[in-house]
Amino acid sequence: MQQVNCELLNDPFEIGGQKLRSRLFTGTGKFSSHELVPQIIEASGTQVVTMALRRLDWRNPQENILNYIPKGITLLPNTSGARTAEEAIRIARLAKAAGCGNWIKIEVIQDQRYLLPDNPETLIAAEQLVKEGFVVLPYMSPDLGTARRLESVGAAAVMPLGAPIGSNRGLQTRELIRILIEEISLPIIVDAGIGRPSEAAEALEMGAAAVLVNTAIATADQPLEMAHAFRLAVEAGRSAYLAGLGARRDQAEASSPLTGFLREE
Amino acid sequence: MFFDEFKSWQKELTHYSFEQVSQGDVERALGHERLDFMDFLALLSPAAKLYLEPMAQKAHRLTLQNFGKSILLFTPLYLANFCSNQCVYCSYNIKNKILRRKLSLAEVEVEGKAIAEKGLQHLLLLTGESRQASSPEYIADCTRILRPYFASLGIEVYPLETQEYRELYAAGIDTLTIYQEVYDEDIYASVHLAGPKRIHRYRLEAPERACEAGFSGVTIGALLGLGEWRKEAFFTGLHASYLQKTYPDVEIVVSAPRMRPHAGSYKPQYPITDAELVQILLAYRLFMPRGGITLSTRESAPMRDALLPLGITKLSAGSLTSVGGYAESTETGSAQFEVSDERSVEEVVAMLRSKGYQPVFCDWVNLRDRRGA
Repeated sequence: MQQVNCELLNDPFEIGGQKLRSRLFTGTGKFSSHELVPQIIEASGTQVVTMALRRLDWRNPQENILNYIPKGITLLPNTSGARTAEEAIRIARLAKAAGCGNWIKIEVIQDQRYLLPDNPETLIAAEQLVKEGFVVLPYMSPDLGTARRLESVGAAAVMPLGAPIGSNRGLQTRELIRILIEEISLPIIVDAGIGRPSEAAEALEMGAAAVLVNTAIATADQPLEMAHAFRLAVEAGRSAYLAGLGARRDQAEASSPLTGFLREE
Repeated sequence: MFFDEFKSWQKELTHYSFEQVSQGDVERALGHERLDFMDFLALLSPAAKLYLEPMAQKAHRLTLQNFGKSILLFTPLYLANFCSNQCVYCSYNIKNKILRRKLSLAEVEVEGKAIAEKGLQHLLLLTGESRQASSPEYIADCTRILRPYFASLGIEVYPLETQEYRELYAAGIDTLTIYQEVYDEDIYASVHLAGPKRIHRYRLEAPERACEAGFSGVTIGALLGLGEWRKEAFFTGLHASYLQKTYPDVEIVVSAPRMRPHAGSYKPQYPITDAELVQILLAYRLFMPRGGITLSTRESAPMRDALLPLGITKLSAGSLTSVGGYAESTETGSAQFEVSDERSVEEVVAMLRSKGYQPVFCDWVNLRDRRGA
């Protein structure tokens, strides 16, 4: 019996010079208490945690979410609340000044009903923040033109939405995300909309580099068990993606079942 | 203008009867992912009374999905209680002989510090509706004093001009709360006997002026008890949905304040039962899944606890409705209404935690005083 190729399954990806093993990013919002956050981090195996700077309660240490995030975890502060590129840029600078590191998830939202991102403003903010030395991960509507421009201004990844934030509707934008995966060489991290572990697995099977899941974990009846379920799903999805690619490569070299007859001449 | 939409729906509703709504209409409304105005009306009808539990289940699910297991806490600070109006239902009525006070700027700072020490970061500044006693300049001065102590400041004062809202925004105000009190114009005229507040339309359009001025959030509502609640709740929802659509970047919040005992003899003409209040809140949530809903200390502690999972996103805590009183040293003026939930901030926080909610003290970044950031 052939052994499972563990090399294949251990494939870190890189963002901003940092190697990440876990392809599941999680959040800190919507949980019933800050105390849950470190437990979720452990159960999900995540290495990157996003947090809204607007929720950073630096006046009350007991309420400060930063005190609940274990060392070694990369913080991904987001610019939630920003309505324009300028506001996003300033929130990013505040995040850095508050000791949240130099990663930033740009969220520019001018629509409170659907919370859909504003791509043009996001691009402006991304260009400026890259110049200022941030590792920029923009939350965006999956549009190829915008993703190309984000790549050219130096974004570290792009984070297209699967469906509106908190909607738990899964990969409604599947076709557009598939195109981004094909065309953009940056890691594609599916953010927003993923409601079930199977949807996270699907994103990874398609070739997404990672997924960010918050609502589905935070609002589950049993958040820790759900965090674990997402961990397994993401690992399964990634393994399937790699296994698929590997298999195709192997076959192409081993034989040509349809055109092999040509060589017999 | 919302006024035009308001007028056209007012006309529409003259031919509408809530009694004609069938259970089938309610079930259809409950089944819709996005509710239209007819669905919203159906949920406010007598027929929907039989569907409060399924409405509550859906409202709870939508609220969790959109806002999570967290509740934003805020508290009011009454700066002054001088008033130029004669609202029959309010203690601040110019005819009422109550203790009138206005905080000095020094007192404002002392009060602000006392509130901030409790951990609260979202503050709502209120005045009586006297432009003379509590001018826009005075409110702006108070704002500048309080700004460093809080993450977010809101106002609930008399309606202002767009330019005045702009100036207050520049001084550090983020959000506006203004209740129309009653959308029905005849009742409006009958309960606002004298004073600038008599102009229904000027008040009705205040939220639009604040949105134009750049405010990040607006809270509206009808004072329940003054008019026919089904219509009043409908117009509140219509108003909120107009604002959401016209100003998509502004957070629109509704509130459902029930009349409370106050100084004066007015009794609500249309008293609201607990079940009716629940129906209104559920209809708001199902109609506007992403809208905020505020619950004030007008409701009793057990009632607030029970309403919490039905769609509430913001809660006032440790509230005083008197002018001053947070700091021991400040003399107080008379209260606007009697607070029903008298629990302290710590008690409200403990209640939230015990119910599996995270109390949120801070949910805003003030970018104004950090221009250089």
